[in-house]
Amino acid sequence: MMINRDSEWVRMFNRRAAVLAGGQAVLVSALVGRLYYLQIVESDRYMMLAEDNRINMQLLKPPRGRILDRFGQPLAINQQNFSAFIVPEQVRTLSDTLDALGQIISLSELDHERVKKEASRKRGFLPITVRENLTWDEMSRIQVNAPDLPGVTIDLGLTRYYPQHENAAHLLGYVAAVDEADLTGDPLLQLPGFRAGKEGIEKVYDMALRGKAGASQVEVNAYGRIIRELQRDEGEPGADVVLTIDERIQHYAAERLGPESASVVVLDVHTGDLLALVSNPSFDANAFSRGLTSEEWKTLSTDDHKPLVNKAVAGQYSPGSTFKLVVTLAALEHQVISPEQTVSCNGRYMLGNYVKRCHKVHGSVNMTRAISMSCDVYFYEIARRLGVDKIAAMARRLGLGELSGIGLPGEQRGLVPTEAWKKAARNERWSTGDTLNVGIGQGDVLTTPLQLAIMAARVANGGLAVKPRLVRPATGVDQPPDAQAETAMPSLGISEKHLAILRQGMSDVINAPGFTTAAVARLRFKDPERRTWTMSGKTGTAAVRRISVAEREAGPREPGELPWHLRDNALFVAFAPSHQPRYAIAVVVDHAMGGGGKIAAPIARDIMERVLELDPSRKPRVDDEQIATATAEPPA
Amino acid sequence: MSDIGFLTARLRRGNMSAVEKLCQISWSFVMWLCVIATFGFAMLYSAAYGNWDPWALPQMVRFVVGLGLLIAIALIDIRIIMRYAYAFYFVILVLLAVVDVRGVIGGGAQRWIDLGVINLQPSEMMKAAIVLALARYFQGISLDDIGNPLALLAPLLMVLAPFVLVLLQPDLGTAGVIVMGATVMFFLAGVRVWKFVTIGVASIAAIPIAWSFLREYQQNRVLTFLNPERDSLGAGYHILQSKIALGSGGLFGKGFMQGTQSHLNFLPERQTDFIFTMLAEELGLVGALTLLSLYVIVMIYGFAIAFRARHQFGRLVAAGITSTLFFYFFINMAMVMGLIPVVGVPLPLISYGGTALLNLMLCAGLMMNVWVHRDVQIAQRGGFSDL
Repeated sequence: MMINRDSEWVRMFNRRAAVLAGGQAVLVSALVGRLYYLQIVESDRYMMLAEDNRINMQLLKPPRGRILDRFGQPLAINQQNFSAFIVPEQVRTLSDTLDALGQIISLSELDHERVKKEASRKRGFLPITVRENLTWDEMSRIQVNAPDLPGVTIDLGLTRYYPQHENAAHLLGYVAAVDEADLTGDPLLQLPGFRAGKEGIEKVYDMALRGKAGASQVEVNAYGRIIRELQRDEGEPGADVVLTIDERIQHYAAERLGPESASVVVLDVHTGDLLALVSNPSFDANAFSRGLTSEEWKTLSTDDHKPLVNKAVAGQYSPGSTFKLVVTLAALEHQVISPEQTVSCNGRYMLGNYVKRCHKVHGSVNMTRAISMSCDVYFYEIARRLGVDKIAAMARRLGLGELSGIGLPGEQRGLVPTEAWKKAARNERWSTGDTLNVGIGQGDVLTTPLQLAIMAARVANGGLAVKPRLVRPATGVDQPPDAQAETAMPSLGISEKHLAILRQGMSDVINAPGFTTAAVARLRFKDPERRTWTMSGKTGTAAVRRISVAEREAGPREPGELPWHLRDNALFVAFAPSHQPRYAIAVVVDHAMGGGGKIAAPIARDIMERVLELDPSRKPRVDDEQIATATAEPPA
Repeated sequence: MSDIGFLTARLRRGNMSAVEKLCQISWSFVMWLCVIATFGFAMLYSAAYGNWDPWALPQMVRFVVGLGLLIAIALIDIRIIMRYAYAFYFVILVLLAVVDVRGVIGGGAQRWIDLGVINLQPSEMMKAAIVLALARYFQGISLDDIGNPLALLAPLLMVLAPFVLVLLQPDLGTAGVIVMGATVMFFLAGVRVWKFVTIGVASIAAIPIAWSFLREYQQNRVLTFLNPERDSLGAGYHILQSKIALGSGGLFGKGFMQGTQSHLNFLPERQTDFIFTMLAEELGLVGALTLLSLYVIVMIYGFAIAFRARHQFGRLVAAGITSTLFFYFFINMAMVMGLIPVVGVPLPLISYGGTALLNLMLCAGLMMNVWVHRDVQIAQRGGFSDL
């Protein structure tokens, strides 16, 4: 009985224990299966995740390339910038350290609060910026007191600095914080504090200037603390961009323009090197690189002299009488008039019932005289004989109505109207009246100061299709595609005989004996070598308003009687020396207190004299090595 | 055992000398325990970045103490153990209550009592105590009695009391292990399967009520387990990092002390609950399966002892202890592999922790005790049989 019951117990127990052991075996196999799944099947994925966890990529900002003028003068450089940091976990107490630091450098109440707030949010080993832009003095004081300031470190950063401030600001552009539109996938752009080129050369050559980001691979723990550096790739510093600009001419031209809203372009007629590209007034690009205040922005953007616009390439002006160069060459090429043939100017030109006026009664004028006197009647007549399309074709050959290829952002094409253009744009028939307007550079024709300089250069260099360039080639910097075509300069197919006639006319504008329209632009060299040098040019005075019949009856008004924005624009294009042209210049003064001869010509003369003195095209250009040493000393 | 046949009669009577009992101890079993513990020392050494402090050395000292405890327990007459089984259970139960009450007064959960030498965690000890108490109970009643639902009331209360007390601490993992250990005891004692089903269904029905008793962080753990993406930076973060560590270990692991997940602090509690993750990361599938095999070996010993024991008390103690050991490592491993929610259950003999280690050595000692006293005759009502 006892045995029976006992064996029943045993059988029951054995059965159930076997079931239990079996169940546990099943669960153990589940563990094995799970381990196999995690460690074999999914292993690669988890290995990657583990590496992701462990390794942090830190981008290293490469120093941005410098922008230098043709002689290596720095126009845009990187300035060392000292910042003070605090590493909270290394300080005894944060507020004590801040107080101690506050006795050495000035710290505002705001700085105190900001640091404390940041410290409460961030992990203790992450540095917090206390102050940026420390002076050398402040920096040294912190260094000297370093033993008493545990946890305070000084970091050296680089900020963009434009040592010439307002000089060439439009040309250089500026750098500013990256915005959404810039995000092209370059990892550099994601870096906090990274600045990308926003305008001008900084924008056009942004890629080359930026360089290649380096990277540091660091091992971090779960809290983000860096354990060690695994790998480091220094990246490539940005390449320097060497411009064709001569900083001295650029600077002088801007100074000469004074407070005027104006632009100046100086061009080497053979190489196309832009020696100056000035738009006045300017702004200090350094303000942009540190960030404008809203007040500064408001001042700049509401100024009616438009300091933010690069007028040299983005300003579109009626060329006025400077356009007569185009009309003259077209007339000679199409033989609508011979150089000797005269046109009688009695101060007015009749077109049907319509009267067009000349600014003066010139009497009988031949071609050179018509140019030098800027006789409108003469040009009405030959423009009428030519028709607008032939004028337009010549304008285009001289570089008007098209982009110059220097690639500056905001550059405008201008406008060279044709019959087809008017039909397409306004659905109106072209009239002879329109042609007459174009003949004296008014009406629909629009040009930029840069285009005017190109036009003058092409006349001066014997009809070669010189293209302007802004960046010195062979610096290892990628050129914009258009800039490479320069080397083989094709002829425009304009007869040298015709050009000579035009150049004579342009010389007479300034140098003819007696009174001329721009006698003021005569060069004033005293030295024996250059005493005989002259400049040749053409004035232009372009109306910016429609002149009513009543006004015309009342006779011309002095510019001083008009509000600034209604005054005429004063233009002057020129080249020098006349006997062996090397430099071309275009000056446009917006709403001047007088015409091209009175206002623009003397400016052009002064600048051209400076150009000829410096003669940058004939000076050997520095090579890269010289550039490197020329700018080694730190900026003041 | 035939070669030591002369011992058989004395074995049955149980009046062996200490030396005879020492000879009866399965030293191979003890060796396997040492191998597992050594695995643990190595992992604790790695967890401290190659230092014996602060974990490996204290753990070794405790293990040596634990070995002494094991041998001492193995030598005690099993009938004495049976006699004091209830007493042991009640002492632990009272300690549990003390911890809970002090937690309420102190305003925070505290799971241990400071005994000076060691911080005693009563909930750990309860895992062994409940097995002993239930084995004692089922040894005392007949198979017919087990069929009587009223006879199951007392053992049910015996389980429920510590379960509730541990749950209040709150320690979901340990409470679970206690209930599972107890369930195994009921099952092995011969309680009808339909009764388990009934209780099971009733428990499922009680889940909504139980849910309301869970602390918020426990609710979150369960929810996070059910949907790990729910909170990938909070509670789900640990289990995700644990899976990454396991998976990235691959077949052979990253090498001893080379675990990146564990050493760069992506793993929480790498010296305690997540030590298996570190082992699997550093030693790979090979290392993980080796450890698993060692546990299976110990379990085989446990079941062999249970099948071989000639008395119900010994059978139940051996099988119950073995199952408790199984639940320990199964829950821990399944947790770090993301198979079950995160509950705080240590990996037996490996995880750093004094009470858990001592409790395991106590359990191993009880298993050895059953083995040494496998042939002893025990009267149905306990105590010394005159047979």
